Amino acid sequence: MNQDALLSLLENSAKLTTTDLAMALDQSEDEVSSTIRELEKKHVICGYHTLINWDKTNTETVRALIQVTSNPEREYGYDRIAKKIYKYPEVDTMYLLSGAYEFLVMVNGKTMQEIAHFVGSKLAPIEAVTNTSTLFILKQYKMNGVCFEDDKEKTEERLVVTP
Amino acid sequence: MDFNDVLSDKVKKIAPSGIRKFFDLASEMEGVISLGVGEPDFDTPWKIREAAIYSIEQGKTFYTANQGLEILRTEICRYQKRRFNLTYDPCKNVIVTVGGSEAIDLAFRALLNPGDEVILLEPSYVAYTPGVELAGGKVVTIQLTKENQFKLTPELLKKAMTNKTKAILLNYPSNPTGGVMTHEDYQQLVPIFKDSGIIVITDEIYAELSYEDNFCSIASFEEIKDQVILISGYSKAYAMTGWRLGYVCGQETIIQAMNKIHQYVIMSAPTGAQYGAIEAMRNCDDEVEKMKESYRLRRNYIVKAFNNMGLTTFTPQGAFYIFPCITSTGLSSEQFCEELLNDQLVACVPGTAFGKAGEGYVRVSYAYSIEQIKEAVARIKTFLDKRQYK
Repeated sequence: MNQDALLSLLENSAKLTTTDLAMALDQSEDEVSSTIRELEKKHVICGYHTLINWDKTNTETVRALIQVTSNPEREYGYDRIAKKIYKYPEVDTMYLLSGAYEFLVMVNGKTMQEIAHFVGSKLAPIEAVTNTSTLFILKQYKMNGVCFEDDKEKTEERLVVTP
Repeated sequence: MDFNDVLSDKVKKIAPSGIRKFFDLASEMEGVISLGVGEPDFDTPWKIREAAIYSIEQGKTFYTANQGLEILRTEICRYQKRRFNLTYDPCKNVIVTVGGSEAIDLAFRALLNPGDEVILLEPSYVAYTPGVELAGGKVVTIQLTKENQFKLTPELLKKAMTNKTKAILLNYPSNPTGGVMTHEDYQQLVPIFKDSGIIVITDEIYAELSYEDNFCSIASFEEIKDQVILISGYSKAYAMTGWRLGYVCGQETIIQAMNKIHQYVIMSAPTGAQYGAIEAMRNCDDEVEKMKESYRLRRNYIVKAFNNMGLTTFTPQGAFYIFPCITSTGLSSEQFCEELLNDQLVACVPGTAFGKAGEGYVRVSYAYSIEQIKEAVARIKTFLDKRQYK
């Protein structure tokens, strides 16, 4: 089975059933189910999430990107420090980067004060962390390949029947 | 005054489009899921749009050379060499046209004297017959069959040829059947083309949408290459249908003759579109590959779905259509499409819109997301289930 094709279908259309996937991939449903289980076990498939533009709801939410500089640990590099940070439920996304700082951490909270408190009391005091710089997200334009701020509703532009 | 009297006989003789009827019906209805479109659902890749927009901002809005920007013709030749190992000279062998449609029209008008015969393969794209007739030629049809996936065989070809045959038009991958011709399929035809000296016009607009079989152009047979007029474009591979841009490659004398017509009737193809096309051919191989992979998965899905419903189809190796047989319903192609549209608001195109050989079939496009195809299939199943218990 073409695993990349399976992953691409799941990534873009998580509502497709196993039957749909089997038909698109020209495989049996059993083969598709067992491949998905295998990929879940190996943590290639890590979750099935829905993309939500929270700015369009009434839910109070604030997000920030925290640039974190840190020293690596002997034998462990950055991984143990990263784990100390990403285990917090406030941390939504985290990357190790090349360049001027080591980690980029995206944090969710209800208010700016809540995020500031998290950074000051939980993140910055971690021993290996040498500096943090907090950038509050004002607006999200695009996420996971989906534009949040299209000018108009996506309608069918094509003529209904064409040669 | 009856204005029909001022019209040319040629125009009056052209049959109304079978597709037009369904377009008129379907466009009056709300909530129609159409499986009847002949264009991609993808947007033109942003890189291409940006390149065209930039060219307009730069003031590149004047006529180009009649044959098209030399830089684009060079990219076309590089592309044909890179993708299909075909060698053409950008100055002698290429014209940039207003869609593959203009190239087809130029070919007919450059070649045909009154009474010259052109062999068309049915089921056939709707524009070919009118194109031949408008150019003063005579259409001779070969009726292809699903038994061999609508391929052209030497036997069918020999039967259709006469001493008046000037040209044949091939369209593989095919609209509407999705059929293809492989290297081995063409190998059997090449000696017939060579011996007869007829011109082979090949509409290869769907060349990039070839799935399990590698695309083979009839122009790749060196012994008949000069007899081949190769027509292609940007509409399907690059999702640029509305840009109206295509090209033709061929033997120098034929190309010069086609350019004679093109220069008077068109001047040059749209300049902004040409700049977009340069970007397309240089930098969009990945985008084409992604779109093709998407179509392939949708094809697998829709073939299974229709076969499961008893509307049988082979798995097409190109384009984005299936051509399922609907005779199990007892309805004609037109009846099937009309009743399905009225009952379940799903639009397909009757096979008869593509010639007599299309009776008993419908053309179904899979230029839609799997979710949309799934919804349409569910409605078709409801339609079929209701008919069973009528």
